[in-house]
Amino acid sequence: MITELIINAFLVTLMMGIAISLLKTRSVIFTVILTSAYSLVAALMFITLDAVDVAFTEASVGAGISTILFLAAMAYLPKEEEKNLNSQFLPALSCIILGAILIWCSYDLPEIGLATAPIHLHIVPDYILGSKNDIGIPNVVTSILASYRGYDTFGETVVVFTAGIAVLALLKNTKIPKYQNKSKFKKKVGKNV
Amino acid sequence: MYKNPILRICTKILFAPIILFGLYVQFHGDFGPGGGFQAGVIVASAFILYSIVFGLKEGKKLLPEKINLFLLALGALIYGGVGIISILLGETFLSYNTLGTNPQSGQHIGILLVELGVGLTVSNVMISLFNSFAGYELDKG
Amino acid sequence: MNWIKGNKMISSAMGIWNYWIVFILMMIGLFIVIGRKNFLKKIVGLAIFQTSVFLLYITFGKITGGTAPILTGSASLIYSNPLPHVLILTAIVVGVATTALGLALVVRINSIYGSIEEDDISAQDLVDYHDQNQIFEKINTKLNK
Repeated sequence: MITELIINAFLVTLMMGIAISLLKTRSVIFTVILTSAYSLVAALMFITLDAVDVAFTEASVGAGISTILFLAAMAYLPKEEEKNLNSQFLPALSCIILGAILIWCSYDLPEIGLATAPIHLHIVPDYILGSKNDIGIPNVVTSILASYRGYDTFGETVVVFTAGIAVLALLKNTKIPKYQNKSKFKKKVGKNV
Repeated sequence: MYKNPILRICTKILFAPIILFGLYVQFHGDFGPGGGFQAGVIVASAFILYSIVFGLKEGKKLLPEKINLFLLALGALIYGGVGIISILLGETFLSYNTLGTNPQSGQHIGILLVELGVGLTVSNVMISLFNSFAGYELDKG
Repeated sequence: MNWIKGNKMISSAMGIWNYWIVFILMMIGLFIVIGRKNFLKKIVGLAIFQTSVFLLYITFGKITGGTAPILTGSASLIYSNPLPHVLILTAIVVGVATTALGLALVVRINSIYGSIEEDDISAQDLVDYHDQNQIFEKINTKLNK
């Protein structure tokens, strides 16, 4: 119990520190490395919250592929962010007000870890029993992902496919061809024109 | 591209175990953490490592662009195909009960095929994303 | 009466203080998105916002004394709720797809405008708009003469 609390407090402090440094830094390479570190610490927090599949995916996708894409894009962008001259009072005020409203609303949520909260009693016991009896797969997350909620996974695959196609359309062969009026006429009629 | 012999030799040694680990995560998604998405990203990272160390041209020789685009589309088509086969066998879209001799083996076959489709699409999309970003200035000429 | 109500708020906060950390991280991410002018920083802020939302959902699914939702043989284990795990798995992959597309757009914008600061791009767009208006006026005066 005490070790869980200490580990939780340590990881939370790390995440807050990384988020605040991301606010203050202006160099692009530091930003990219800190984002990757943020994803990795979030993956560690997912493990302490018993979400092993999610931690695996966040570590590989968030701290792996996302960092590679940021580094690959960083090669074409300016290396330092400009100093912000405008006053940032209005964005800060709206964020503080929104945060206060969210914290005030959080008093209605059930306690963390309560086993009789409504989301644990609705349909999840049926899924766990069905994964044992009807499907026969030990990993409940895979059985929900591929069988009970397979339609959402289909949509997700199509979204990933669309993103790949869209980036190909944006970044491949970016030369806009010039309309050569003369050479088209020459090709049609022959070389004697 | 790096001409350092240590990097090149280590990449060549590590390439096969990374893909083996990716296949392990893909097929053991039923028994432990894992599944299509994680396996796709791990396999993609092997190819991206090869492209980083040996150059983009060598990476494109290893996995040609046409095969990359073909496998990208094939993954999504496999997923949709499983759903369409379920319709042709008389059930609703994406119901795996009729794919095998009894409902449980049908579910196993359905989940295996579906995760295969997801893994194919995700790995090829990640490789294609990296190639697009890395080859941007080269194409502009 | 006020101090009794305050005491109750503090003691019931012991069970939900994790949510507060997540909300603070969310607000830092949102501040980076709307407060900074650099497009790359905005995408990074969006990534921070997304990751803290994932933390919120996974915190909803945790049961004290539970374990990872992988069935073992024993019958009397409590498993944490696997449904938020599934939703967040989808959300993570969609998030990286969005980030990749945003980065591709930022790279193209940089190659056309020469910078990725919002002020620079607005100013260039305004100059282009004024130039176009001048050309249209010249054409109109020439046609009407």
